[in-house]
Amino acid sequence: MSQNISILIVDDEASVRDSLYNWFIEDDYQVEVAEDAKKALSLLENRKFDIVLADIKMPGMDGLEMHRRIKSLNKDCIVIIMTAFASVDTAVQALKDGAYDYVTKPFDPDDLSHLIRNATKQISLVSENETLKENVIQLVNIEDIIGTSDPMRKVLQDVASVAQSSSSVIITGESGTGKELIARAIHANSSRKYFPLVSVHCGALTESLLESELFGHEKGAFTGAMFNRKGRFEMADGGTIFLDEIATISTKMQIELLRVLESKKFMRVGGNKEISSDFRVICATNRDLKKMVNDGTFREDLFYRLNVVNIVVPPLRDRIEDIPLLVNHFIKKYCTSMSRDLVTIEPSAIKRLEEFEFPGNVRELENMIERAIVVGNGKEIRLKDLPVTKEIVQNNIESLDDLEKKHIAQILIKYDWNISRTAKALQVDRVTLYNKIKKHELKK
Amino acid sequence: MSIVNYSLIMDKQYITLISYGHFEKDFLATIAECITHEYSYPVSFDESYLDLSKFYDPARHQYDANKLLKEIDSKIEPDAFKTLGLFRVDLFIPILTYIYGQAFLNGRTGIVSLHRLKNELYGLSTDENLLTERFKKIVIHELGHTFGLKHCHTPACVMLSSTYVEDIDQKNVSLCAKCKKEIVS
Repeated sequence: MSQNISILIVDDEASVRDSLYNWFIEDDYQVEVAEDAKKALSLLENRKFDIVLADIKMPGMDGLEMHRRIKSLNKDCIVIIMTAFASVDTAVQALKDGAYDYVTKPFDPDDLSHLIRNATKQISLVSENETLKENVIQLVNIEDIIGTSDPMRKVLQDVASVAQSSSSVIITGESGTGKELIARAIHANSSRKYFPLVSVHCGALTESLLESELFGHEKGAFTGAMFNRKGRFEMADGGTIFLDEIATISTKMQIELLRVLESKKFMRVGGNKEISSDFRVICATNRDLKKMVNDGTFREDLFYRLNVVNIVVPPLRDRIEDIPLLVNHFIKKYCTSMSRDLVTIEPSAIKRLEEFEFPGNVRELENMIERAIVVGNGKEIRLKDLPVTKEIVQNNIESLDDLEKKHIAQILIKYDWNISRTAKALQVDRVTLYNKIKKHELKK
Repeated sequence: MSIVNYSLIMDKQYITLISYGHFEKDFLATIAECITHEYSYPVSFDESYLDLSKFYDPARHQYDANKLLKEIDSKIEPDAFKTLGLFRVDLFIPILTYIYGQAFLNGRTGIVSLHRLKNELYGLSTDENLLTERFKKIVIHELGHTFGLKHCHTPACVMLSSTYVEDIDQKNVSLCAKCKKEIVS
């Protein structure tokens, strides 16, 4: 650990600089010295130091002023103020300005060791925290939302736009299209990302259970309520609450939900103490809520309260160009989790998947790939490994020309417009392929 | 008295211990045996005299180790191998309240002192054996620095940094395998 920590010693006394230098070098720290604040600041402009040990009394700029300037260059730098003449005023001022510690010379060797060890621990914790934060951001943004098709690009643009605000969002889309994933992406890109994302599957709970789940309950509120319980609204304080299958909630729950959304205050079931919670709401549904409003089965005021932004996630059949990417992603996911070598997929299997209706959307595709890896030969996913039959294939009648164009385009995309590999896959020569590309006006 | 350096006698490299103050012969022999065992070099002895008043800081009632170290280093032969000055006085460096010893990292000179190793200083009864053990460890530690070793984090290694005498008592008198390997390389 010491090898990664850099220390700058700033003191006008050469004997102090030399002593500290030797002391820290013996502990394998990277050490540099400066005889005054000017030299120190000049060094700090060109490189980062983890710890600065600075004397207060120096000719020119004193240690306290230098400390303030260091903080403006690098707020994470740990600055320890040293002095031979301790005073309460300077100590208080130094600590108020953000100094890590204020120590008097000479130090007890044990105290100096502890001081530097604790400072090193803090540096390590800050660094670990930054890494964890980056992991949180990475978690949903990039790896799990797969798609380069135009409809998916629009969804991701909408996510980026809406994430920065705290506006309520309704995500609509068929079952299995990844609505929860989109909700997680919105949360992960928002300023609330370091607070919880709390999910509630409204469709899985009865009205009374949903009420208890959302608002919490007090001990004895109903039979079986042996302890106080926090509700999801409370747990989402500072963060986001994701209400999946919002269209399934009863009229009574709609009224209660509207009240909470407007006031951000509520009481636990069986309780009498008002609780406040600051949360952002994201809802998801596969129903047409506007139609339900018109039918009178969903409250109009609640609809408009929730539907500040609407993101529509396309069904898989509207983004077939994403299928090869999704297939590769799931192959990697399941082969890794099963500790197997990565398998390939034969072109005819990909082609059949692109023709398939996928009523279950991405979830259904994922299940197919997982199954194919389990039952397959361990090297390649073949058409026979997939539970797709000719009868389920799309019924759209297309001309041979259209089919040819579509097929050639897919194979070109698959091989990233590598003409040689595409021609080989299609079992034609390069000249024929070039002619076909020209005929169908295909462009990269 | 000039410093005689036996380092090149019979084309052998010696580690030289120079006493500044009285040290019993048996005591020195024990220390020398320990050094040879650890570093595989023979040890030669010498006595010398320094006017320590020049290195005394009246405000601290201690002796400046930096200045002592530089003084000894300036007086030994240019081709001296390793030299360790032995003292009985309380040593300091400007930034610390006390030190047990000091050496030039990868250099040829170091100094050590008995003073802070004595039990009596901490209100405990005299223990000559313990004092000898502690002194051996400080000597091996500072010589380790002259061989280029930095502080080690292995708990029992003699190169572990020790700030209190209790820390010195916890560690071994020998180098750990990693430090030994570093010296050889």
